[in-house]
Amino acid sequence: MVPVSHMLFFSTALFFIGVYGLLTRRNMIALLMSIELMLNSVNINFVVFNKYLWPGQLDGVFFSIFIIAIAAAEAAVAIAIVINLYRSHLSVDVDDAAELKY
Amino acid sequence: MWTDILLLMRTEMMLILIIFLLLFWKLGGGGRVQIVQAVVNGGLVLALLLGFVLSDSGELFGHMFRTNDLLRLEKNMLVLAALLVSLLASQWVAAHRHAMEFYLLMISTLLGMCFMLSSANLLMFYLGLELASIPLAAMVNFDLQRKQSAEAAFKMIVSSAFASGILLFGISWLYGTTGTVDFDSLATALTGSPLQVLGVVAVLAGFGFKMSAVPFHLWTADVYEGAPVPVTAYLSVLSKSAILFVFVSVLYTVFGSMQQVWYIVICVLAIGSMLVGNLFAMRQQNMKRFLAFSSIAQVGFILVGVCGVNATSSAAVVFFLLVYLFSNLGAFAIVQHISQSTGKETIDDYRGLARANPALAWLLAIALFSLAGIPPTAGFFGKFFLLLAGAGKGTWFLIIVAALNMIVSLYYYLRVVKAMFMETQASRTGGLCGRYFHHGFVWRCLRVYFQPHASVEALLLILLFHAVWLSIKIILLKN
Repeated sequence: MVPVSHMLFFSTALFFIGVYGLLTRRNMIALLMSIELMLNSVNINFVVFNKYLWPGQLDGVFFSIFIIAIAAAEAAVAIAIVINLYRSHLSVDVDDAAELKY
Repeated sequence: MWTDILLLMRTEMMLILIIFLLLFWKLGGGGRVQIVQAVVNGGLVLALLLGFVLSDSGELFGHMFRTNDLLRLEKNMLVLAALLVSLLASQWVAAHRHAMEFYLLMISTLLGMCFMLSSANLLMFYLGLELASIPLAAMVNFDLQRKQSAEAAFKMIVSSAFASGILLFGISWLYGTTGTVDFDSLATALTGSPLQVLGVVAVLAGFGFKMSAVPFHLWTADVYEGAPVPVTAYLSVLSKSAILFVFVSVLYTVFGSMQQVWYIVICVLAIGSMLVGNLFAMRQQNMKRFLAFSSIAQVGFILVGVCGVNATSSAAVVFFLLVYLFSNLGAFAIVQHISQSTGKETIDDYRGLARANPALAWLLAIALFSLAGIPPTAGFFGKFFLLLAGAGKGTWFLIIVAALNMIVSLYYYLRVVKAMFMETQASRTGGLCGRYFHHGFVWRCLRVYFQPHASVEALLLILLFHAVWLSIKIILLKN
């Protein structure tokens, strides 16, 4: 059986890859993908904790199911916004959508 | 069981009823916008009345949902604020193609806030938070033709998704180290081990994003400027109040045993928010951006009160947010009125407003005085109670910084008042004066009180004075 520390190392790495992608990518779709990475790493955390450490109740599994459902809803709204933004800006690059500044 | 659900969840049930009504109405082809507005406003009034009739407390669904008198008061405040936003948005929504969808999204976020307030479980809290923030991004995008609106909506949804990602990361570590997501069991299971500290800090960062405390405030000004004015009002009053209510209760009850971890974090957030909010508010020209930075500074003052960690501080936070609700919505009502009738939003456009349109200028001045915390208004008592609560711990440095910041904030609030009362419009054509100048004062007042949304402003004024009176009464009772 894979030890729990390997799993946690994997999920934490995935989370920070997501954060790094969110801070460096310039494409809006790539930003949404980075957010999905972050949320999925949290899902792995919940499932691992539930299976290895607290197998009595299903709290963690339920939490991850709800996270998956809400991530889908979030992606739906975000992509609708990106489509609307593409119609007016004709681009999905973050640098082209820079009208609001200090 | 069923009567319990109906009684304890009556505010939520009423909101769900409005949502379903609107959905089926939309499916059936929709109706005239005025009738939709009347139904939504009537439903909100009914929800407010239902919230006031009985006082009860209890739990539902195996300790997922709880309610008590304080939560009911907070929910009533939110419903009242939503009603006021719906009234001040009425003219703008009536001209929009998708009026019904606007109300659907608005009531959905309100429902999410109510569930978030009533949550007794981190899962329920997360669901309520997302229900309160995902439809908001769609509301920010509601000026479909304007480029800024789409940009603001994208910034909003990315930063709110990032914030929930961090929040969930923290929650997952809390779950991993304690094995529970229930608030009461978490409070007893937290021991302060390093992993739990990581979890608490990540959860605090997520909260900081949602309530736009410095250094997590970068999305706020852009989103507030890009969004339509009623949505900005909604963001700055409702979603901010809801998250602050939950923040205080989670901090005090769930993380109560880890106070030495978060106390210094909250102090730093408070000082940073006050300083950055005030300094940036000084250099803003756009009214919406100006109010955005002012609301960041107000969050700093609220966090000073939160630092007090006693019963007075949670009462002071609720009272301050009640006052903030009226004064901020009053300011936004006037910004919306002027932006709707002339399309102007910068401070320079407000020059000479007092001569052209005294009623509006006085209302805006009173709202700004209340935000600044000048004595006869209720805002003064709100800030006074907050500082009093913050002083309870004896961190005098924090209180001194807050007091100095209150003086600094006078500068930029009075800048708008000065523009309205002491400066004259350079060119009268195209300015605010041009349209109203020829009407006499009496005629103008009459017109103000016969416009549907201007009566909202009158209502706000009355309520503001009511709040002043209330605070004086509280002081008399205390002594």
